[in-house]
Amino acid sequence: MGMTITEKILAAHAGLEIVKPGQLIKVKVDFALANDITAPLAIKAFKAAGGERVFDPERIALILDHFTPNKDIPSAIQCQKVREFAKAQGIKYFYDVGEMGIEHVLLPEEGLVLPGDVVIGADSHTCTYGALGAFSTGVGSTDLGAVMFTGEIWLKVPASIKLVYKGRLSKWITGKDIILYTLKDLGVEGALYRSMEFCGEVINELSLDGRFTMANMAIEAGAKNGIFTPDEKTEEYLKNRAKRPYQIYQSDEDANYLFVKEYEISQLEPQVALPHSPDNVRSVLEIGEIKIDQVVIGSCTNGRLEDLRLAAEIMRGKKVAKNVRCIIIPGTQKVFLNALREGIIEVFIEAGAAVSTPTCGPCLGGHMGVLGPGEKAVSTTNRNFIGRMGHSQSEVYLASPAVAAASAIAGKIAHPEEVL
Amino acid sequence: MIIKGKVWRFGDNIDTDVIIPARYLSTSDSQELAKHCMEGVREGFANLVKEGDIIVAGRNFGCGSSREHAPLAIKAVGIRAIVAKSFARIFYRNAFNIGLPIVESQAVVDATEEGDILKIDLDKGEIINITKNLIFTVEPLPSFMKELIENGGLIAHLAKKGGY
Repeated sequence: MGMTITEKILAAHAGLEIVKPGQLIKVKVDFALANDITAPLAIKAFKAAGGERVFDPERIALILDHFTPNKDIPSAIQCQKVREFAKAQGIKYFYDVGEMGIEHVLLPEEGLVLPGDVVIGADSHTCTYGALGAFSTGVGSTDLGAVMFTGEIWLKVPASIKLVYKGRLSKWITGKDIILYTLKDLGVEGALYRSMEFCGEVINELSLDGRFTMANMAIEAGAKNGIFTPDEKTEEYLKNRAKRPYQIYQSDEDANYLFVKEYEISQLEPQVALPHSPDNVRSVLEIGEIKIDQVVIGSCTNGRLEDLRLAAEIMRGKKVAKNVRCIIIPGTQKVFLNALREGIIEVFIEAGAAVSTPTCGPCLGGHMGVLGPGEKAVSTTNRNFIGRMGHSQSEVYLASPAVAAASAIAGKIAHPEEVL
Repeated sequence: MIIKGKVWRFGDNIDTDVIIPARYLSTSDSQELAKHCMEGVREGFANLVKEGDIIVAGRNFGCGSSREHAPLAIKAVGIRAIVAKSFARIFYRNAFNIGLPIVESQAVVDATEEGDILKIDLDKGEIINITKNLIFTVEPLPSFMKELIENGGLIAHLAKKGGY
């Protein structure tokens, strides 16, 4: 019996010939990360475990991206703790305001997470790096503290499910629409403890930015990881970027899957997740008229250059509707600078949108766009749980940058064609 | 280890944003977090809970973010165990790592109502619903995880052994 790409990566990092789903293994970690919310607790755990020096200061990234630039005094204190630790430990990849970007946009961009890696992050959206063919998964702070101490982690090998996407990508259909459509089918626990393996002709067509978006939301189906087989596009993306040598794995023909699903994408319309669950998904054409107060374009899900280009294509020469606040947050400084050079930022500002330095801020109701009671937002982020972006009576609708941009112009949730 | 307490009953897919909204994450002080525990689904929960109480919930408890603040808030508010049909995987690890016992059992959840008194014997793998006079057996933990618990959680285990 063959192995899946996930099983192969885990076996190689556990020093084993083969691994089987359900097996408890101890694996070597290639790269670990934490942010300003999760690192303070991880540092506390690291010290409590007896940690004096981290296992490797070049294999850990600490990114101050959530409540930064510091939103209040407690946030400032949390950042101080991380800053001091990074300095004391000589953490090579410490990112503070000015260099900082949203962790899951930044680390791939910097070539720090690579195919074949085991990446462990104290953030649930660490699963994003599966887009590059890495095994990457989120953990809590105590686990991350233990990883910083030992360079290892215990894991249960997940069973894999195979998701095959057929057909062609039509205009306006993005990785976001495909993953929302998948969540609608699987549900928020449809891949609980599982590995989601994305493949098929649509995936081959999809850009790396689109694949990051899809892998990012594997956790929204409860998955341990989401993964893509590296191809020419992956290699192209990593050229002049990869900071280490890497190894490409792929699933065997006779690998074992819990189940296989096929999705036909050609006729898909843009998808929207209605409150209060990422699997409460409908086509944008089916949801009727929903007036909105705010639009957020950005986050670890959709804060990449391709996302901003798409939004700008729709917003060029138009105005954000009078009663709508449109907030656009490039994922990293590099994304911001490239968008600036391409004239995209100008398009946004001329349309009446607010453009911010990178931050996770509004996605989790932290700052930079918190919602009041009864307010509705269209957001390119990943979660729309009760109170996610602010007041417990506010509502979040998840969509692609195309739908979000169109909605900002229309003042209601809109198909891109409605405003062009 | 035996835990006995009153049940607070919750539904499916209780996510980390309702367990502890992110707007309170600018601190990791567990007493401060406890004040807002379950605020998104049960207003005033922190004032209702008594030390030693138990949460019983449906499927996929703790889904969403990796924030360890979620099990920390639940532990600090006085809850001593959670029984659910299933747990989101990061929450499962986190609860375990910080020493908050969690048990998966479809049967217990189906038979338990809010206000019931449960007695959980982790060593025997037995849960008794005292109110309804029902006895259940639950899956024992894998030996590796038992060892972690016996050593007092992941950090105490690492401190003792210098590694896994």
